[in-house]
Amino acid sequence: MSDLLATLTDWVLWIWSFAAVQSVAMLVGLLVLIAFLLLMDRKVWAAVQMRRGPNVVGPFGLLQSFADLLKFAFKEPVIPAGSDKIVFLLAPLATATFALAAWAVIPISENSWGKWVISDMNVGILYLLAISSLGVYGVIMGGWASNSKYPFMGALRSAAQMVSYEVSIGLVIICVLLCVGSLNLTAIVNAQQDGVGTRLGLTNSFLDWHWLTLFPMFIVFFVSALAETNRPPFDLVEAESELVAGFMVEYGSTPYLLYMLGEYVAITTMCALTTILFLGGWLPPIDVAPFNWVPGIFWFIGKSVLVFFMFGMVKAFVPRYRYDQLMRLGWKVFLPLSLVMVVLTASVLHFGGFAP
Amino acid sequence: MVTAFFFYLFSTLAIASGACVVLAKNPVHAVLYLILTFFNAAGLFVLLNAEFLAMLLIVVYVGAVAVLFLFVVMMLDVDFDELKAGFIKNAPIGALVGGIVLAELVALFAFQGLTFAPGKIAAAAMPSGLSNTEALGHIIYTKYVFFFQTSGMILLVAMIGAIVLTLRHRQNVKRQSISEQNARSPATAMEVIKLPSGGYNVPAAVKPKTEAAE
Repeated sequence: MSDLLATLTDWVLWIWSFAAVQSVAMLVGLLVLIAFLLLMDRKVWAAVQMRRGPNVVGPFGLLQSFADLLKFAFKEPVIPAGSDKIVFLLAPLATATFALAAWAVIPISENSWGKWVISDMNVGILYLLAISSLGVYGVIMGGWASNSKYPFMGALRSAAQMVSYEVSIGLVIICVLLCVGSLNLTAIVNAQQDGVGTRLGLTNSFLDWHWLTLFPMFIVFFVSALAETNRPPFDLVEAESELVAGFMVEYGSTPYLLYMLGEYVAITTMCALTTILFLGGWLPPIDVAPFNWVPGIFWFIGKSVLVFFMFGMVKAFVPRYRYDQLMRLGWKVFLPLSLVMVVLTASVLHFGGFAP
Repeated sequence: MVTAFFFYLFSTLAIASGACVVLAKNPVHAVLYLILTFFNAAGLFVLLNAEFLAMLLIVVYVGAVAVLFLFVVMMLDVDFDELKAGFIKNAPIGALVGGIVLAELVALFAFQGLTFAPGKIAAAAMPSGLSNTEALGHIIYTKYVFFFQTSGMILLVAMIGAIVLTLRHRQNVKRQSISEQNARSPATAMEVIKLPSGGYNVPAAVKPKTEAAE
């Protein structure tokens, strides 16, 4: 019996050693999580407006996202006659693929088994920056291939928006990297075990995390993440009042589903990135008995969902920005602020003797 | 084995998509092929253990430069017949330039041979234990710091030049002043007027004009 068990364990471990198997496990987990995050988004929005939200499919409407999936998948895809068919279909595919590819480097936990990440890259954070800057291609290609005015205008707008806010996201990431001294995401989380809290006597606590030391940058990053993923109040991509549905006007059925999927995966990536950079990843908030028994993955998911909840609350109660105000915020407020903070952080680290 | 497979995959795709950039009829397709070429080049960098350069290539060229290309090219109203006519007209010059480059390459390889001694191209050995990024930083910020800073300066000057050339404050265009807008208060923006019932009021700003009309 124990022989059989040992063989079985070996066999499972051998299967698990393939990156492809890990990727499939990661994607399945991620997509199921996103199905419920989508529902949570709508429920939070409804609760703020004192509505019930989706509550018909399944208990408490829990299966709503799966019903939506079936609805989209069984619709007839309509491709406009004047469109560039290949690029038209390639655009949503690119959006979804690039968004999912980001999860190859995101570390979920670390314990005695090793690092819970598919690819423990040296330049993980740069990879994330590169992949998130590719999201803009799905938008531009879709808007152009539709061969119609409104999608084109929407695509130009949202592409300009995404490119603008990438700049401030990059500078905020540089601030964090200066404090850590490594481009590896696992190293970034582990660097947050030591900081303000440790010096105050609360070893390995939530005061050690970067949100406190880099506080203004935490806010800048959060707002830029909202703009980068085209979430309200920066959802000018699909400002219904003036642009119908932005670059997605001509899309329906499965291609539209892929766009929505890509968007939500990108949002989840940003939530996970906020968790990794500023909220200590899988580290428990306080390193004492009941908290440090909980496996790291639960802390990681819990913190990411908390950030997603903030995304949802912002959507519910902040009115939409005007386009020129959005651009002003990105270029004239966030860019100088984050540039100054990069210089300030570097100076404090160098002259204060904190440099890693 | 796996490395060789990926090398041939990336290099074949890079050459094929590079050829497609030239051959594509639609300029937007050409830019999309160009992006594919950049991707494959980044893949080759990863195979060389230069992952920092690979990511930088994607962030800078694919994430920023190619987006601008695409912006410009998408806005063009392309007339394919005119493009073809231009192609035939300029073909001899293009063939001449391409021919010279090809002849030079052939001459170089005929003179040098197709094999290079690895020691000739490879840079000085990296100190062990350093990651790719750290090694690059050590070289750029010590040995080549002057060139690095100078190239940064040149880019800055080019950027300022482009802004100066295009930034014109035209007359007769209404402009927005955010600070002025935010500083407005009811006291400065509103005027309370006593109006007798049955009477009328002409705003002060319009008065001289109406008088002139009369």
